[in-house]
Amino acid sequence: MDIFLQQVINGLVQGSLYALVALGYTMVYGIIELVNFAHGEVVMVGALVGLSVIERMAARGDTGWGVIAIGVLVAIPSCMALGLGIERIAYRPLRKAPRLAPLISAIGVSIALQQLAALIWGRNYLHYPDVLANPQFHIGGAVITQVQLVILGITGILMLGTWVIVQKTALGRAMRASAQNPSVAGLMGVNVDRIIASTFLMGSGLAAVAGVLVGTYYGVGNHTMGFMLGLKAFTAAVLGGIGSLWGAMLGGLLLGVIENLGAGYLSSLTNGAIGSNYSDVLAFLMLIGVLIFRPSGLMGERGSEKV
Amino acid sequence: MPRLLTPIVLSLITIGLVSCGKSTEPSSASPGTLTVLIGASNPMTGPQAHLGKDNENGTRMAIEDANAQGLTIGGQKVKFELVSEDDSADPKTGTIVAQKFADQKVSGVIGHLNSGTTIPASRIYSEAGIPQISPSATNPKYTHQGFKTAFRVIPNDTQQGGELGRYVASKIGAKTVAVMDDSTQYGQGLANQFEEAAKAAGVTVLTHEHTDDKATDFQAILTNIKAKKPDIIFYGGMDAQSGPMMKQIRSLGIQAKFLTGDGGCSTEFLTLAGAAGEGAYCSLPGMPIEKMPKGEDFKKRFNAKYGEIQDYSPYCYDAVMVMIDAMKRADSTVPSKYLPELAKSNYDGVTAHISFDENGDLKGGVITVYKLLSGKWVPQDTLGGKP
Repeated sequence: MDIFLQQVINGLVQGSLYALVALGYTMVYGIIELVNFAHGEVVMVGALVGLSVIERMAARGDTGWGVIAIGVLVAIPSCMALGLGIERIAYRPLRKAPRLAPLISAIGVSIALQQLAALIWGRNYLHYPDVLANPQFHIGGAVITQVQLVILGITGILMLGTWVIVQKTALGRAMRASAQNPSVAGLMGVNVDRIIASTFLMGSGLAAVAGVLVGTYYGVGNHTMGFMLGLKAFTAAVLGGIGSLWGAMLGGLLLGVIENLGAGYLSSLTNGAIGSNYSDVLAFLMLIGVLIFRPSGLMGERGSEKV
Repeated sequence: MPRLLTPIVLSLITIGLVSCGKSTEPSSASPGTLTVLIGASNPMTGPQAHLGKDNENGTRMAIEDANAQGLTIGGQKVKFELVSEDDSADPKTGTIVAQKFADQKVSGVIGHLNSGTTIPASRIYSEAGIPQISPSATNPKYTHQGFKTAFRVIPNDTQQGGELGRYVASKIGAKTVAVMDDSTQYGQGLANQFEEAAKAAGVTVLTHEHTDDKATDFQAILTNIKAKKPDIIFYGGMDAQSGPMMKQIRSLGIQAKFLTGDGGCSTEFLTLAGAAGEGAYCSLPGMPIEKMPKGEDFKKRFNAKYGEIQDYSPYCYDAVMVMIDAMKRADSTVPSKYLPELAKSNYDGVTAHISFDENGDLKGGVITVYKLLSGKWVPQDTLGGKP
């Protein structure tokens, strides 16, 4: 039982990180129907900027959550500027172009950012400094670390915050309006360009937080770390219903838990015939299954309210 | 897995396409001296670039030393020339480099660094008749494909995995072990050899799990392993995975000891694992440089020229010297002429006494086990050594 609980805890933590990144995909898709493939790279840049800051401070002997917090506070504006720049340079000129064009430019941005990061930070795996004592807590035979608890807490707060902004504020109302019909929203006095830019700002800010958390959690950073993470988060967004905020959250958590349970139980259930390395296969099979029965994802509803 | 199958099929097709037989004649420069090309292929870019540069330096040093001797082979003065290429540790690029060497008609190849690049490239060298000595590829398959041209000057993973499997039982005193690997030719090969030997030595293998060489999250697998309560965990793979893995092992509250092969026996592991790495074991083929027959002298000269030795540069040096030694005995730099002599090598190298068995594997290779004590890899035991 404690093993099951442990797998679920690990899955939820991993899944909440996916969810945080998935929010960025889903918000951008909701508003301009673009799969922003460069989003994973924004997460990577956030992680590496955070790493540089945290490394500097750790070298001076500073420790504790304050160091991580400062890393996050530097990473957020960096990623926001980056997200804004990507939107301005790579997507806005193609707003009226066929839908394949911005997709290709997204892939281009993704490759460019990876290579740029390789030039700045090098190609080696970088060590995230140990600035936390990271005490462990025992619940029902499973172990949960302080970092895991903080990740769950922060992602929970950020998801709730995103939902409040989208549902309860004037900015959120404008976002929802632009998502439903940009030209009519424009006629009603909504500055659609600005709204799209602020969507990128929010997504990139969340990506920065996710990046630093991922780095702190796993202890490594590398210029390729955004690729797989981005792919998984995108999968989570599709699983939950791309365009839906709650869908991204649900999809992320679900994907994390499925992956962990898959890796944990596949080999014992099949008597070693299918190993733990098939957990990704299981996750994607699950996605295919969901899409067959609900093509718009678990929470997505065709043509309804999107952001 | 289909994801793996496609590149394998593609590379097989590539090999099939590019491997049309080539005759090899060393190109002669000026009428007086014969220029003999020696190819070296290593990852010079990417996460293993530091190891690649180290290999290149070792190879270069040997070639410079040989040229300084002013050798005469087959009645002609010879000058050896290094042709260094970057294979990025990528199997596809490795075969392209191999074909380039075959087209350039190099007299011999020192490389490649990784098993993953060495094995597909070895087919091309075999068909072109070019002798190849790998300084660092440890996957047993490399020398077991029936190629007459494939040699290595480092013990293979049958030896490494086998010695480690027995070591776990005899010296560490473990009764149960959990095995993990990164599903690569190197990692999985080593883990399988280890598992076999550990079982034979009476250790119970509780589970054998697989991850991949790009993963950072191992918690699901480790949680499984935790439930089985092994005495020790063995990982076949590289430091970029084993470092973070070590951290996750300790943060999940697993008390088991940890052992990994040469892929994790690096300074990179120390930084990535941090304090959680304390007490971990790793192994490197061969002896610590200080204990090699001519290690001290090599180290002094290498340090003066290129700085610190990373891993395999002494093996590269020996590989070149063994090759040139065979050329001297055959009195020819033509691959088909000196290849039979290379197989009969009996040479006192920097790293060990080098002679090959019928497959081209090093005879009587040794493995050294290291333990991480107060932030440093400290040599513990040297295993094997009987031919």
